[in-house]
Amino acid sequence: MSLRKLNLGTKALSWYSKCVAVLQKDLRLEFRTRYAYSSLIMFAVTTLVAISFSLAGGMTDTDIAAALLWIIFFFSAMTGVSRAFVLEEETGTAIALKMAADPAPVFLGKFLFNAALLMSMAFLVVPLYLVMFNLSVAIVGGFLLTVLLGVVGLAAAGTILSAIAAQSAVKGSLLTVLSLPIVLPLLIGATSATRTALSGSNPDSMAIYIAMLIFYNGSVLAASLLLFEYVWHE
Amino acid sequence: MCGGRSDGVANRIEVQGLGKAYNDRWLFRDLDIIIPDNSVMAVQGPNGSGKTTLLYILCGLVAASSGYINIVLEDREVTQAQKRMQLGLVSPELRLYEGLSAVENLEFFCAVRGLPFSLLRARELLEFVGLAKRGRDFVGNFSSGMKQRLKYACALWHRPHILVLDEPTSHLDEKGAQLVEQIILEQRRRGMVVLATNEPAEVKFGDQSLVLV
Repeated sequence: MSLRKLNLGTKALSWYSKCVAVLQKDLRLEFRTRYAYSSLIMFAVTTLVAISFSLAGGMTDTDIAAALLWIIFFFSAMTGVSRAFVLEEETGTAIALKMAADPAPVFLGKFLFNAALLMSMAFLVVPLYLVMFNLSVAIVGGFLLTVLLGVVGLAAAGTILSAIAAQSAVKGSLLTVLSLPIVLPLLIGATSATRTALSGSNPDSMAIYIAMLIFYNGSVLAASLLLFEYVWHE
Repeated sequence: MCGGRSDGVANRIEVQGLGKAYNDRWLFRDLDIIIPDNSVMAVQGPNGSGKTTLLYILCGLVAASSGYINIVLEDREVTQAQKRMQLGLVSPELRLYEGLSAVENLEFFCAVRGLPFSLLRARELLEFVGLAKRGRDFVGNFSSGMKQRLKYACALWHRPHILVLDEPTSHLDEKGAQLVEQIILEQRRRGMVVLATNEPAEVKFGDQSLVLV
């Protein structure tokens, strides 16, 4: 093995361990306080219950059902993931983190934390959503893949937007406004894929929507990794 | 205003034409300084004169409006990524994670720097800063003086070549102030210290003095 390859390998390993350190720290703090998880779950479940009562428990239109799921996911996500960087700025720990850590592992660690947070929310909310609205899923694999990709996309966009919002004076409240135009392609793709998975009609279009979500996630993650250093350092 | 010169010194901090402005108001401008190795630079000035901002520019936390600061070690310019290993900062604005214990804080900052963690070294450092029996306690339960001591442990873990201290003895009692004196003197032997203060007891450590107005 050449010295250059060995160097690259060591660098990647060190980069990976730094990213895991950020993720572990955030998970440890969240397990101790459960602040982000509680607000996320409370928001999602309350919205779900409120809609369920207003519709008297039944939902026959898959178009509306799909849109409601992603509206709930979007607003819940913005409630929870906004804390990723805003909290670091508000508590003054951002200075210590900037002094010690490379920007890319910080971003990836925060992204993985947000993805885990949203995934755990989806694990609870999706079964509730199906039961409360009395819905059945025609394409189960496609539905699960859509939820997975949609949640990852929301976590990626939410993480970089949280870093931008943390630098402004209004912080958290800015995030939802900032994020809507950026998350819109994801919401359109995820809503369309969910509608197809619920109704089972036109199953061939599922692949296009899934490809759209993969492309969106890849683009947002790549752009965020490139831009994060400039957002993080003033 | 600045005294001292050290042309040709292998390890040094070079400040050239440095200025910082906020909304068209200059905090300071056209600063030219060379801080040689094994020395202490004391930055003085009234509130709002830009002492902390100058330290943050040195650390790469804030961008300069004009000019630059170069850190040269072994005749090579230190990059932003290398600064994370070569600089240690203690500042009232820098906070540690209150939901983590003292040892967990040390472990985290060690891990994000890509350094191996040693419980033995953590115990040694905590004992050195006077927190020997408080390693497992949450930082949120610490007094402000204890938090300040832990900041020194975090800043010294990676044995930085340059120690940047903003109001170094704030929140510390007499014993704490003696600890800071010991840290500054040891760091001067090992590298450089840049401190921002208006306390006469701290200014006396400065081999050079920079007064911002």
